[in-house]
Amino acid sequence: MSVAEVRALVATVPDPELPVLSIDDLGVLRDVTVDAAGHVTVTLTPTYSGCPAMDAITDDVRARLAAAGHNDTEVRLVLSPPWSTNEMSDAGRRTLLEYGIAPPSGQAPVVGLTLSVRCPQCGSPDTRELSRFGSTACKALWRCETCREPFDRFKDH
Amino acid sequence: MSDTDIAAYALRLGDDALVLAQRMGDWIASAPQLEEDVALANIALDLLGQARALLTYAGALVLGADGGPRSEDDLTYLRDEREFVNAQLVELPDHGDFGHCIARLLVFSSWQYELYAALADSADQTLAAVAAKAVKEVDYHRDHATQWVLRLGDGTPMSRQRMQHALDAVWPHVEELFETDDLVVRLVSERVAVDPAELRTPVLAYVAAVVDRATLAVPVTTVRHSGGRRGIHTEAMGYLLAELQHLARSHPGATW
Repeated sequence: MSVAEVRALVATVPDPELPVLSIDDLGVLRDVTVDAAGHVTVTLTPTYSGCPAMDAITDDVRARLAAAGHNDTEVRLVLSPPWSTNEMSDAGRRTLLEYGIAPPSGQAPVVGLTLSVRCPQCGSPDTRELSRFGSTACKALWRCETCREPFDRFKDH
Repeated sequence: MSDTDIAAYALRLGDDALVLAQRMGDWIASAPQLEEDVALANIALDLLGQARALLTYAGALVLGADGGPRSEDDLTYLRDEREFVNAQLVELPDHGDFGHCIARLLVFSSWQYELYAALADSADQTLAAVAAKAVKEVDYHRDHATQWVLRLGDGTPMSRQRMQHALDAVWPHVEELFETDDLVVRLVSERVAVDPAELRTPVLAYVAAVVDRATLAVPVTTVRHSGGRRGIHTEAMGYLLAELQHLARSHPGATW
């Protein structure tokens, strides 16, 4: 099996916390290698140090490969360089928005400057942060002042 | 540089993060607001993730009594109190005082931020990678603590009084964070570790600026507690470990 085939196989493994996003969309899938003996190594990087989804993602990648007949596999976790929201694909950002989560801006956070966040429901820029911490480490809780709906925002990180 | 030294250093940083994660877990379902339950849990989770990376690294570098590497779980659940080398600040109980939790978080996250920012350039690649990842998380923790200190300090007479009291209560444990010893000196000379003494100026400058903006006073005290890095802990540590370790010790090998 070629690198491209293995990559295609594991790239669509979903994030268990955000099933609309694949690990490839998220930028968590760093590398895939297949050596001459057919040994497959998949390299992942966690979004946050304590992200509890990493264990599930690792298991899912292994299961995906095993189902395709690959048992000689290894899933490695690397921390460096640290993951950032810049690694999220454009397709991933669009998917998040359609799912109702405001995507990260795609720019590194600038200290002291807050860019307006558009409401994923009505598109209004008149929104405010309710809590800097949301349902998972990677999200914050916001509310739209126009349509009054609360929404999750994927934090710039 | 010796693996034993690096392991001992990683264990200190890992224990700081582990014990504070456990301590902050006390607030889950009892923070003053629902959003704050989530915030404190998220911060604790980041710390737990950092602890896992650091303890896993420490455990792989030194061999246990059976001659094999020690896992993060071995180090977390099977060490006794005197073997934990966290600073005493992180084990202090809040006794339900949210101001105390925030005062400690302000000091600790300011210290951890400067530490990790410098450690990201460590000659040890694993420590550098953990630090470069964690510094972004800790930046957020520090900001959270800052917002609360400003809000409570520059708030009502009651919130102001309680925030000041909380700062006064944690202050005798601040200097321990900046202590240097032989282990650190050896590792600093190898460019592996960060000298805690060099963190003192930037950390206290940040904290003092926040405290000042919050209309509070930087505490003055001659009391100075120490000993965590040598395994000497406060009374609260045994209770914390009992809660952390009881399940794993009562049911060896249990998984869930």
